[in-house]
Amino acid sequence: MQTPFQLSEIQLALCLVFVLLAPLAGAGVALINAGLGRSRNAAHAMVAALCVIAIATCVCFLCGRAFQGYPGGPAHVIAIAGKPWNWLGNDAWFFRGLVSFAGSGTGIPLRDAPPVLAACFAIVCSGLAGLIPLGSGADRWRLAAICSSTALLAGITFPLFAHWCWGGGWLAQLGVNYGMGRGYLDAGGAGPIHAVGGLTALAITWIVGPRRGKYSHDGMPMAIPGHDAVVVLFGCLLAFVGWVGLNAAGALLFVGVEPGRVALIGLNTLLGAAAAALVVALITRVRFGKPDASLTANGWMSGLVAGSAGCAFLPPAAAFLVGLLAGVLVTLAVELLELRLSVDDPGGAISAHAVGGLWGVLAVGLFGRLEAGTPGQLLAQGVGLATLGGFILPLTYGLNYLLNRATPLRVSQEGEHQGMDLHELGAGAYPEFVTHTEEFMR
Amino acid sequence: MKITGFLLLVAGWALVLADLALLRPAGPRGLFLLAAIAVEVLGLVLVALSHRPASPNRS
Repeated sequence: MQTPFQLSEIQLALCLVFVLLAPLAGAGVALINAGLGRSRNAAHAMVAALCVIAIATCVCFLCGRAFQGYPGGPAHVIAIAGKPWNWLGNDAWFFRGLVSFAGSGTGIPLRDAPPVLAACFAIVCSGLAGLIPLGSGADRWRLAAICSSTALLAGITFPLFAHWCWGGGWLAQLGVNYGMGRGYLDAGGAGPIHAVGGLTALAITWIVGPRRGKYSHDGMPMAIPGHDAVVVLFGCLLAFVGWVGLNAAGALLFVGVEPGRVALIGLNTLLGAAAAALVVALITRVRFGKPDASLTANGWMSGLVAGSAGCAFLPPAAAFLVGLLAGVLVTLAVELLELRLSVDDPGGAISAHAVGGLWGVLAVGLFGRLEAGTPGQLLAQGVGLATLGGFILPLTYGLNYLLNRATPLRVSQEGEHQGMDLHELGAGAYPEFVTHTEEFMR
Repeated sequence: MKITGFLLLVAGWALVLADLALLRPAGPRGLFLLAAIAVEVLGLVLVALSHRPASPNRS
């Protein structure tokens, strides 16, 4: 396998383009979150998205990238049963040493470009992971609490798992140390971005509880439709462009795929999303008589998410199948969470990102076409899956639980009734529109 | 129930680490991993049930 950070000039050029495309994924997710919330919280949702990206950038600059590290970089390593366990990056804080200005005036040497690109990519990824829980906590999660929670995600949870799988950590080394295929493989971030963000969304939803009026006295859920389906569906289209950038940049930077594979990555990304969206539209058409717009959007997103991990290793037919199953899973998950478990997830982030991400991680082991002589890939992916469930979920829940004890995550009853826009920002998103009175009376 | 659920989640992950450190490759490792994931699923179910509102009459 090509060692990351020894990229050819064409790989560097491609990587630069894709890293610059990747923020569109965040823009798409932000639009989806805003559109699936109530109209009286729309401005709050977008301001929160900007704050999340800003906080993630600052924390990544401060320490996140240092903890994430990069393959072959300085790291904390312990030995267990004679095997090295690389568990945390030990790079310099504040991006120190990232770029050499030794020959200032002559430009930055080309050899310095990959770590800079990786730092840009780390910022984009931690920002995207931070945007995911916004969809689940919509309409009731305070802005200050959102910022604090994002700082914990971008400073601890995300870089820890990203180091383990992208920074040469113990999950990435499962192949070398324990003969498990090529070690945990995840080119586009189904695990570090989406599963981590989705599991954080689950933790947030558990802690803040459902929105007022979501469940009746007998526990039956009420439908609270999103306020702007057009924004949601446009967000899906925008996210696709960003996803191609995200998957391709991750594959080039951390898996070292050859430039010829980039076209396959774009194809697989589209196939997965299309299959998932279509199957969800079909399921809702059969079950409810008409295709459901918000569920179809969630299906599209789950297809993108599930295809991320294996985007560079799946044959197109397998990518289609992975997307198809992601669509079925997201439909089941939405029903299970809302009807059986009383989990109020307005943006569908848990179903699309957590469930889709975990399925995507597993799918690499099931369908990935890797080099001959690399058995055990399914085991490596299984270890990654178990780590997400058994370590990341308790960690992110614990951090947000402590944060909630220090400062409540949930807005006051009065604030929720008034709407987050007026309560926290002092102005609504649509001041010229008359808002339906009934909505305020709920 | 919530604490038990989280303890089971962490215990499942500890089983995975023990599997890596103690077992040789091939068959037993896969079975051990499956058992560990089953423990985690049990923990997740307990945590999820513990978060169901006792009387979700928040309207």
